[in-house]
Amino acid sequence: MSEPLAITIASDVDVVSARQHGRELAAQVGFTPGDQTVIAAAISEIARNILNYARRGAITFRTVMDGDRSGIIIVASDQGPGIPDVPRAMQDGYSTSGGLGLGLPGAKRLMDEFDVVSAPRQGTTITMKKWKRTHG
Amino acid sequence: MEVPILKQGFYLIASIQSALTDADLSQLREALVARVGKFRARGVIVDVTALDVMDSFAVRTLRDLAHMTRLRGAETVIVGIQPEVAFAMVQLGLTLKGVATALDLEEGLVFLDRQVKARSDHV
Repeated sequence: MSEPLAITIASDVDVVSARQHGRELAAQVGFTPGDQTVIAAAISEIARNILNYARRGAITFRTVMDGDRSGIIIVASDQGPGIPDVPRAMQDGYSTSGGLGLGLPGAKRLMDEFDVVSAPRQGTTITMKKWKRTHG
Repeated sequence: MEVPILKQGFYLIASIQSALTDADLSQLREALVARVGKFRARGVIVDVTALDVMDSFAVRTLRDLAHMTRLRGAETVIVGIQPEVAFAMVQLGLTLKGVATALDLEEGLVFLDRQVKARSDHV
């Protein structure tokens, strides 16, 4: 496992830096350009969620080896208001910020593993992983 | 970073050169909606070839841009969505419904010529 690197998310410029960093790290791990874009898109959505709901937070990136597979782990955390109803927030089209409501469910579809821990006034931590496909 | 907007005949061409922040995208939308009036443009092309990612904010802003310029009398076509960007968009559930798209700048111009001709044939 590599040393984690954290990027503070506090403005729209940070959203761009976070997804660019994610793409670079994904390239280092050997993800295809298609998967790099998928990972960057997922990062963009969760970074935007931090801005919209918590106003600031951080995204941590690291690479991971598990047996003979390698991948990337991205953790987004904030101390914001939290998500009152996580299952509902994971449904397409549900938004309390006036957005399209595709951020969380969309990011989940893009990644292999997606885990949300959140409670009202306790902030939100989203952990997502993508594994490099070794066959086909 | 501000997106340069070129005027070519009755068309405005906005060529995105690098990754854009949300503020840059909103600025582009405002600028194009205003310039449609200033230059009496009939069509707008937004070239997104250089965009690394189209996330929900980018899609919403481009969709709004297309609808706003249409209300001002100009048709917008988005060109240059890269294959991997299209893949990620569909996975995210982002379809740009109701917005014209074309493969590249050349196809975008062909599309606009047809649209403008169809409009003028109507009157």
